[in-house]
Amino acid sequence: MVEMTVEEEVRLPVLGQKAPDFEAVTTQGTLRLSDFEGTWLVLFSHPADFTPVCTTEFIAFSEIYDDLKKRNVELLGLSVDSVSSHIAWIRNVEEKMGVKIPFPIIADLNKEVAKKFGMIHPGQSKTETVRCVFVIDPEAKIRAMLYYPLSTGRNMKEILRLIDALQTTDKHNVATPANWSPGDPVVVPPPTTTEQAEERLKQGYECKDWYLCMKKL
Amino acid sequence: MIAMPCVSPDGKPTTSGMTLLKSLKDAVLSPNEIASRTDQPLFRVRSGLRELMNAGFVEEVEGKFRLSKNGETVLQ
Repeated sequence: MVEMTVEEEVRLPVLGQKAPDFEAVTTQGTLRLSDFEGTWLVLFSHPADFTPVCTTEFIAFSEIYDDLKKRNVELLGLSVDSVSSHIAWIRNVEEKMGVKIPFPIIADLNKEVAKKFGMIHPGQSKTETVRCVFVIDPEAKIRAMLYYPLSTGRNMKEILRLIDALQTTDKHNVATPANWSPGDPVVVPPPTTTEQAEERLKQGYECKDWYLCMKKL
Repeated sequence: MIAMPCVSPDGKPTTSGMTLLKSLKDAVLSPNEIASRTDQPLFRVRSGLRELMNAGFVEEVEGKFRLSKNGETVLQ
């Protein structure tokens, strides 16, 4: 008899597609993804409650909570711990570190949501979710994804910058260059015909050449 | 375990639930209007209304919500 080991396939969501809907128990009641329609959502996972890197991240997410609200963004955490564990942990964070966690956290004990979003990477851990971030727009489309390993805490400035870039792209129909921050010049979408390419250099943009033109907003 | 912030295990509305019910006194409102009047996040309003509706305190009429007889009684 041959014993076979079948690695469970990790299915990742796809940018630009609707995020998979779910209904999940959270620290703020039973929530559905569709409850967030009309607002942007940062859905993020952490490996486990009562762990050091996750605690620093939760404090950091709480610190940018108001900045996110100003951008019409809600936060929703997730791990495969129970809701009682989540409640105990956030009470501990408030008591010991003086930080109130204002956003809901999914208790994904059966890993239903984690599997839909490809949050479990067996090369990292077969039982815990890795550090994922999904930026979901008001129409429930996945607009950006970040996957960090268990060992590396996420950068809140980059998450804010990413949201600013996506919202700027939507509002002004532009792209954003490397290391862009709000206030920096943006990239004018490149011409798609030879006629547009010839005209582009006469349109008053700051151009290195016809395909790389910038403008201030 | 089902977490229900707007309805307590004994079937009565919680403080959050009462806030939503009070906003519907003499009014038929959409979730957006309730969120604006109560200063609650829209997702909390939507999930709270679902709980209150399942518990029989509110009714949905064409996307808007109003108090049921039970909802009116609990506000008295």
